Amino acid sequence: MTVDTIAGTQVDVNEEGFLTDPSQWTQDIAVELARRERIDPLTDRHWVVIRFMRSEYEAKGTGPTVRVLGKTSGVPVKELYQLFPKGPAKLAAKIAGIPKPRGCI
Amino acid sequence: MGDTIEKVSIIISKGSLEGIYPGLIMANGARAEGIEANLFFTFFGLDAIHSKRLEHIKVAAVGNPGMHMASLIGVLPGMSAIATHMMEKKMEAFDIPGIPEFMELIGDTGAGIYACKASVDLFGFTKDDFIPQVEDIITVGEFYEQAAGGEIIFT
Repeated sequence: MTVDTIAGTQVDVNEEGFLTDPSQWTQDIAVELARRERIDPLTDRHWVVIRFMRSEYEAKGTGPTVRVLGKTSGVPVKELYQLFPKGPAKLAAKIAGIPKPRGCI
Repeated sequence: MGDTIEKVSIIISKGSLEGIYPGLIMANGARAEGIEANLFFTFFGLDAIHSKRLEHIKVAAVGNPGMHMASLIGVLPGMSAIATHMMEKKMEAFDIPGIPEFMELIGDTGAGIYACKASVDLFGFTKDDFIPQVEDIITVGEFYEQAAGGEIIFT
C-alpha cells in the first residue's frame, strides 16, 4: 500500500491504484482518476455509473459486475463500454474509489 | 509482445454446455478488462450462435468423467436435460447467464462474433440461421487476419 496525492488530497492506494479506503474518496478525486484513465470530461452518464458503484459497494461490500451494472444501473452494457472502454466495472470502480470487483462475468 | 495482453481470439469448436461456456467466459472477461476480443464459432460450436439451437445446449451426460456418473446412467432418456437443468440453476446463482443472454451480453461488449465458413457450408446453414450478434461468416484465412497481433485460444 502506498500514499498517492490525488487532486491535492493524500489517499491510500494499492499497487493497481485503487483506493484502499473508500471513505477518503471525493468527487474531485474521481475527476482526477478519470483523467488519468483518459476519460475526460466525466459526463452525467459517467456519474450515474460512479454513484451506482458506490451505493452498491456500501450496500453489499463489493462492486457489481458488468452484467449486474447493465441490468440495474440504468446504463445498458453497450453504453457502459462506450463510457469506460477499458473495462466498465473495473474502471468505474477505480474512479468511484472502491475495490476492484472480483467477479468473472 | 509486452507483458500485457491487448487482444485475444477465441475459437469455440464444441457444442456442449461445458464446451461452450469457458470460451464465452474468457471472451466476456477479456472485454471486461479492456482487452479486444473475437469469438470464432466452428463445427458443433455453431450451435451456440444458431438462433433455434442456442436455447437447447446440453451438458454431455455420457462419456464425460467430470459428471461423476456412470455412462450407463447417462444414456437414460432425459438425463442430459436433468443434468443441464441442475447446472443452469447453479450457474444463475453465481451470476452466470444462460447462453442466449450471454451471447447478447458479449455482443454488447463490442467483441467480434464470427462463424466459420467451412462449418457453415458443411451443415448447410446461412447467415439467417444465426443470432443477429454474428457479424459475418468468415474463412480460416480471414480469421487469422482478424486475430493478427493477438493471442489465439482454441476450446
